[in-house]
Amino acid sequence: MSTPTTGGAHAAPREPVLTVEDVQLKFGQVTAIDGVSFEVLPDELFAVIGPNGAGKTSIFNVISGVYRPQQGRLTLDGKRLDGARPAAIARRGVARTFQNIELFANLTVIDNLMLGRHQHIGYGTLSALVWLGRARKAELQHRRAVEEIVDFLGLAAWRAMPVGLLPYGVQKRVELGRALAMEPRLLLLDEPVAGMNLEETEDMARFISDIRGELGVSMIMVEHDMGLVMDLADRVMVLDFGVPVTTGTPAEVQRDPRVVAAYLGGDLDTVPDAPAADATPAEIHSAAVEAEEVRP
Amino acid sequence: MSTISPQRKSGQRKSAQKPEGTAPEARRSRRVWGRPDLYTSYRQDMAMLNTRPKQLGVLAIVVLAALLPLTTSDDLLKILGTGLVLAIGAIGLNLLVGYAGQVSLGHAFFVGVGAYAASAIAGDPEGRYIGFGIDVVPVWILGGGIAAALAGALVAPIATRLRGLYLAIVTLGLVVIGGYIFTEWRDLSGGAQVGREAPQPVILGSDLTRDGAFTQEQKLYWLFLVVLIISAVLARNVARSRIGRALAAVRDRDVAAGVMGVELGKYKLIAFVLSSFFAGVCGSLLFVANGVFGPERFTLLLSVQFIAMVLIGGVATISGSIMGAMLIALLPRISAELPSFLPFITSAANEHPNIFEVEIALYGALIVMFLLFEPRGLFGIWVRIRTYWKSFPFSY
Repeated sequence: MSTPTTGGAHAAPREPVLTVEDVQLKFGQVTAIDGVSFEVLPDELFAVIGPNGAGKTSIFNVISGVYRPQQGRLTLDGKRLDGARPAAIARRGVARTFQNIELFANLTVIDNLMLGRHQHIGYGTLSALVWLGRARKAELQHRRAVEEIVDFLGLAAWRAMPVGLLPYGVQKRVELGRALAMEPRLLLLDEPVAGMNLEETEDMARFISDIRGELGVSMIMVEHDMGLVMDLADRVMVLDFGVPVTTGTPAEVQRDPRVVAAYLGGDLDTVPDAPAADATPAEIHSAAVEAEEVRP
Repeated sequence: MSTISPQRKSGQRKSAQKPEGTAPEARRSRRVWGRPDLYTSYRQDMAMLNTRPKQLGVLAIVVLAALLPLTTSDDLLKILGTGLVLAIGAIGLNLLVGYAGQVSLGHAFFVGVGAYAASAIAGDPEGRYIGFGIDVVPVWILGGGIAAALAGALVAPIATRLRGLYLAIVTLGLVVIGGYIFTEWRDLSGGAQVGREAPQPVILGSDLTRDGAFTQEQKLYWLFLVVLIISAVLARNVARSRIGRALAAVRDRDVAAGVMGVELGKYKLIAFVLSSFFAGVCGSLLFVANGVFGPERFTLLLSVQFIAMVLIGGVATISGSIMGAMLIALLPRISAELPSFLPFITSAANEHPNIFEVEIALYGALIVMFLLFEPRGLFGIWVRIRTYWKSFPFSY
């Protein structure tokens, strides 16, 4: 795998890659996210969890420029990110996958991955018309880079097929490959294992940890599979109705009674005292059950 | 499905014994007999004609097309020549509609711009209409193309803000405005029902419209064939390049395309400019193919004919565009032959059903039938035949 030119190695240590400050996003009178702030450090895997409709994907859409927040500030490597168009943000090194696969269904696996490299391929329309020379040389060079991703993700068998014909799990992998082809500085994974069976989930988990190990890309992951999140993430932010509940290591988050309330319902005032810091899962569970019982 | 395995030894051809270990780009590509989909280099896989059968087949078609004028009557050659010219325009429309997914009813406008720009460049400076007297073929063909491309660039900013039905209506308005300008600007177009003379096709000092060793129709047919082949190659190059992929991305999922770093506005502009360029080249030659061409011809009907070519030929295919254009060009001739097979159809214009009515009905019927039964068009039929023989004797 080629080393990303924008890799995290030369960034000052612990200087955050992405900072999100007090972002608010509204659709008319509906507040999708409100007062969300967090930082993503180099090489970090930052997870965002929360019940359905909590605003997790909206955060991704704000970061990648699809939605513009009404308020707040985003910076990537210390430079403002908000207000830029999606294509400009992509050029800054933000890549993402989508919850519902957004591949180009009529194009082959190779062409989808080559589209990931779109911003790295330099030639223009006139060279494309002539093809011989500059365009062909660039295509060959980038094809080689794409084939490394094909090998990395084990996509060789499907390489020349239109992605619309591929099974769901493979499409998810192609989408990850397309994001990797962008050589991102920051990778946004939106439910990478949603709808996958155990084997596919394990494969994806391995790919994600390989990406961390070999490429050193910072990642933000939205995921409902708690096992995966707790195993892979460095830090977890919990959202509920667009408002951050807490942020911390997986162990801290699991112990937080507000998280339990967010997932299982109930009002914080009526949630019984927080379980002790060293509470066992059984104690958390019983706290949650109590919270459930007092819910109107 | 193709597999790329550089290590595979073919053992059947002399060239297969080359030493391994050289850089992939330096290693000569080789072919394995009976394994048309086995590629041994990325360059081979990316080639326009990436299998031996495709190379031989296209070569055979080109040779046949080039030899056709020697055995065909001049009136049929004129129809076929018009078909070749229309194919250039259909390729242009297919880049816009098929590859980039932008619906356009305005193609006739760009064809008209190309036609009048070319005839103005080539026209007689002393004549009744605007003319600069540069009658060298490549100059006025490119001039027509570039003029139309500029018109496309002017229209694109509006079009990039609209999509689907709204874009179709805006481009429809373009045809109406264009029709008015063409009709009223008599110095350029000659005015309604009159028209102006076609540009003189002069190559290396010899005028192709004068009969010599070959007739005018034969020479023009060859000119059209050469320009069509060049256009088709250029269009295929765009389609397989970074630009073509970006256009397809805009068509399939524009939000995801933006997140991949594809600037939507820029690529819609490129699609319009490229499409209009081919339309302009088509227009400049359409004039020559038809002799006189009145401004009332560049109307919605011509746009619809181009859309019919794209739909019948095959959306997002270059070879399909050519097939569709040839079929549409031959349609009047086909319906003219019908009375000898179907006695109830007459060739007299005052009786019913006559061949002219049948021709109009055939347009509609063909579009409806292709959309219902073979949405991939003539190209789709070809793919079915190919797949049948590829997997013969099995049906899967």
